[in-house]
Amino acid sequence: MKITLNGNVVEFEGGLTVAELLKKEDVDMPDMVSVELNGEILDRDSFGDQLVKDGDTVEFLYFMGGGC
Amino acid sequence: MMDFSNEQLQRYSRHIILQDVGVEGQEKLLKSSVLIIGTGGLGTPAAQFLAAAGVGKVGLVDADKVELSNLQRQVLHHTTDVGKLKVESAKEKINSMNPDVEVKTYPYYLTSQNIKEVIREYDFVIDGTDNFPAKFLINDACVIEGKPLSHAGIIKFGGQVTTIVPGGDTPCYRCMFPQPPKPGSVPSCKEAGVIGVMGGVVGTIQATEAIKYILDKGELLTGKLLTYDALKMEFRKINLKKRDNCGICSDDPEIKELIDYEQGACEL
Repeated sequence: MKITLNGNVVEFEGGLTVAELLKKEDVDMPDMVSVELNGEILDRDSFGDQLVKDGDTVEFLYFMGGGC
Repeated sequence: MMDFSNEQLQRYSRHIILQDVGVEGQEKLLKSSVLIIGTGGLGTPAAQFLAAAGVGKVGLVDADKVELSNLQRQVLHHTTDVGKLKVESAKEKINSMNPDVEVKTYPYYLTSQNIKEVIREYDFVIDGTDNFPAKFLINDACVIEGKPLSHAGIIKFGGQVTTIVPGGDTPCYRCMFPQPPKPGSVPSCKEAGVIGVMGGVVGTIQATEAIKYILDKGELLTGKLLTYDALKMEFRKINLKKRDNCGICSDDPEIKELIDYEQGACEL
């Protein structure tokens, strides 16, 4: 399947949950990101169940706490 | 209309010549007020440009004193200021740069107890803080008080910025990030580092948003998160939507009182 992830088209074999996508993209601390799927911010609790489908648009929004 | 002195006509001539500013716009700026919370990497460039632009009243909030490790990025503070309160150091520079600007200093931290009365005095708020408890407190207080806000964060070679105008369709910070991260799960600049210019780029974008809001010109970064990746030299705008179940800006918000979240031990 092809999805648009953070503005780039990427291809994956078969379906993925959001949690699996985060892992595949080396985001080892999901606490660091909010995930927007097709324009909607997902509840963190749903990462394990929510499937990402062909044609979806996904954005990882990273926490940035600095102002420093 | 206000009477401009000859000095003011000269000082602001590059604004006045702009069709979208003119004398009317400059008068708006001189009569406006912006609160800058945090006078560090983001806050100092924002303060510098807002003061130069002739924003009539600039509020500066920061309890910290200038440290040597600040000077790589906090451009309003100089080597001779080390040990001085940041708000005092910034005030001195602004006073010498532009006598039209009244600077009000708040040398303490904002909490759920004092933030509302401070932000009420201003037309626009700039979040230049360096920690999540402050960022969430500022967002929630601005939503409750209906105060427009520029939110930003920087770390390493990255930055993000969005503008929140409460009361309409604009998503707030909590629409993006419903809860602060667990203390210690996300690194701070102190732990992870930051390229000094990040604050300059992002802080001046915040100042730009404040000026556009005051002038009522152009399109604000409302409903958009602008992300900046300096390594790729890439800016992206991510569309954001208001969340129906947002804890603070939805119709029936879960949060009724401001929250003082605990600071992660490693951020202190």
